[in-house]
Amino acid sequence: MKVLMFGWEFPPHISGGLGTACYGITKGLAANGVDVLFVMPSASGDEDQSSAKIINASDVAVYDTFTNIDEYLGKVQFLRVGSNIMPYISPEDYSLLSEEERHFQTMEFSTHFRSKYKFSGKYGANLMEEVSRYAMVGGAIAAENDFDVIHAHDWLTYLAGIAAKRVSGKPLVVHVHATEFDRDGENYNTVVYDIEQRGMREADKVITVSDWTRNIVINRYGIDASKVVTVHNAVDFSGRDDIKVNRTVKEKVVTFLGRVTLQKGPEYFIEAARKVLDRCDNVRFVMAGSGDLLNRSVRRVAQLGMADKFHFTGFLRGADVQRMFAYSDVYVMPSVSEPFGISPLEAMISNVPTIISKQSGVAEVLRHAIKVDFWDIDALADSIYALVTYPSIAKVASEKGYEEVSTLKWNNAAAKMKAVYTDAINKE
Amino acid sequence: MATKSICLYFQVHQPDRLRLFRFFDIGADDHYFDDFDNSAIVRRVAAKCYLPMNRLLLDLIKANGKNFKVTFSVSGTAIEQFRLYAPEVLESFKALAATGCAEFLAETYSHSLASLASAAEFKDQVRLHAQTIESEFGVKPKAFRNTELIYSDEIGEMVAAMGYRTMLTEGAKHVLGWKSPNYVYTNPLNPKLRLLLKNSALSDDIAFRFSNTAWSEWPLTAEKYTGWLAEALAGDDIVNLFMDYETFGEHQKAASGIFDFFKALPAEVFKRKDIGFVTASEAAKKHEPVAELNVPFPISWADEERDTSAWLGNELQREAFNKLYALEAKVRRCGDEHLLKVFRRLQESDHLYYMCTKFFSDGAVHSYFNPYDTPYEAFINYMNVLSDFEIRVAGHTKKK
Repeated sequence: MKVLMFGWEFPPHISGGLGTACYGITKGLAANGVDVLFVMPSASGDEDQSSAKIINASDVAVYDTFTNIDEYLGKVQFLRVGSNIMPYISPEDYSLLSEEERHFQTMEFSTHFRSKYKFSGKYGANLMEEVSRYAMVGGAIAAENDFDVIHAHDWLTYLAGIAAKRVSGKPLVVHVHATEFDRDGENYNTVVYDIEQRGMREADKVITVSDWTRNIVINRYGIDASKVVTVHNAVDFSGRDDIKVNRTVKEKVVTFLGRVTLQKGPEYFIEAARKVLDRCDNVRFVMAGSGDLLNRSVRRVAQLGMADKFHFTGFLRGADVQRMFAYSDVYVMPSVSEPFGISPLEAMISNVPTIISKQSGVAEVLRHAIKVDFWDIDALADSIYALVTYPSIAKVASEKGYEEVSTLKWNNAAAKMKAVYTDAINKE
Repeated sequence: MATKSICLYFQVHQPDRLRLFRFFDIGADDHYFDDFDNSAIVRRVAAKCYLPMNRLLLDLIKANGKNFKVTFSVSGTAIEQFRLYAPEVLESFKALAATGCAEFLAETYSHSLASLASAAEFKDQVRLHAQTIESEFGVKPKAFRNTELIYSDEIGEMVAAMGYRTMLTEGAKHVLGWKSPNYVYTNPLNPKLRLLLKNSALSDDIAFRFSNTAWSEWPLTAEKYTGWLAEALAGDDIVNLFMDYETFGEHQKAASGIFDFFKALPAEVFKRKDIGFVTASEAAKKHEPVAELNVPFPISWADEERDTSAWLGNELQREAFNKLYALEAKVRRCGDEHLLKVFRRLQESDHLYYMCTKFFSDGAVHSYFNPYDTPYEAFINYMNVLSDFEIRVAGHTKKK
């Protein structure tokens, strides 16, 4: 079986979790005997090609002879709007970022542009054009290659997937790693929503990373439940070095690590911290990350009079993330809506006991994380208190959590994807 | 004349479930128990199981003269809940006791693991329970069963020293080896104590498999089942069918036909002239022991392992258990009735059972009984309560 896969990024040059997931998926598929042609907008040449053949979309010329999709391409071009949309960030957020927190924006996203899209030049200004161009290239690649099924990851690649389907007549599987609803709640971006919905409608099968996301796809996008299949993400921690840190504070450290945005629920973490500090003083809180709610968070911490026990690190990257985990005694992910959520798994592989919200996909696969409703500040505070107060629960959660995370393998997830491919192919 | 025996024994127990007790409540609130849940559950089980099944047993006893017999253990906790929330259940047990065909066993009052922690506490609770049974049902218990059939040579010796001559436990394979559970055995430290061993396969056919439509033997009829009993008894003396009383109408729903099955069972058994029903004490008297049974480490009827790992298998459980019993001496020194009572309620083995992390082997059984979503929540809640209790005990000591 051969799959034509459309992604947006691939290690080593990645900015988000999608590239890592795609890497794990291609490795898992290879282990399951599936050949992968992996298309990405701009490959650098140093990607690991052992499990997938990488096709660099920017090397592919678009021929004018595809008369049968002319009309479709016209529609795609029609979507060319001049908004500054970036992956996983809505335009509203973007303008907020550029106006109010310009230094953060450059810090956080300059690598993003430089590493992946420097060839493009006008990418940052116009993502929609990139998406449309990618779709045309997708059609060209589909015409040139032999494959059995098409697999497209997230909305950026859906149009490419649709084009490839139109050209080749092969079944399309779209993979939903995140939806516009997770990112922006009710204030979602309708252009992105439309592309997402279009991809899901044209797909023969939709893979979601959790039942949480599956429900959103069915209820918010109106997709027929019978074609939506959940395949939970896995993680690959092989080749990861242990990091040793020198603890300089004697208190227990409770950490929030992620974007400080509505989706991640930072305010619940702050309110819970106050409740815990009211009862015990052997604990410190750390909020690692940045985002549009950061300033408000700093103000709230000051208001609650706990700035001496509650610390902000700003945006962390690379080894600093791992160092932060190594420094932590408790990791908290109070997300309001999380399609999956890889960071709790990183915490658990670092032996850190973890509290996650029930509104996350990862809660469906973890037994050894403590689960609370994101809004239930009392339950969150209670769980933090227990983990810093009773040694045995921290020990059991840490040991069993480590074991549990070690069993989440991409090979198993890929086997399920292969079954989805088979269904899609047989349906044709 | 029946030379072979069937001993039916039912465990009746309801735990005192804890209310949601946050750490802010520590030192601020000493009401630990979820009265609403506890009353709702005992009333539900009364309506679905205790009342209809007691009625059925009473009818069977009346219909069969003195030939149909059953044995119960009713925990002190369950009796207290019946008194408060379902007195008619207590009345129906009294009616069964009055027939003389229902034996009531002694056990620890609080359905506790005291036998594994403290001999003094264990004996106190057994005494308290025996008194309660005698005052409720008018008969002093003669035979003993420990919480969830937990047993070891040493526990048996303690029980024998308290004057009991019969004790029930699990026919655990790792203890029996090639031996059959269908005989009477004795305790090696005190051979006067006779042991009745649960026949797991035949007990679980009713307790766990009865309504399972995927089971190759489904549907199970009284006739077929009696055939199996007769087969087991062809060479052996006794089949001990031990199970939760809630099997009838609660675990196996009425719609599964469990009541009809049970109603038809005695008549089927009586067709076989050589098989009769006995109570636990009668069984131990009637059948000569065939050997000593060595049980150096505690066994129980729980999970695949048939050991104590359902309650003490992980560190959460062991910490809670150790912290609890570390308070025993202080609680006794207080001499306060209320504190002692709460201390015993906190000893109910169920609290530890909820913290079990054996999700895979017997996860389904565990989650059925569990008011918590995860063992971590169970632990957090219990430790918060215990922390508060510790403060109360310390406060009382100071006052004195």
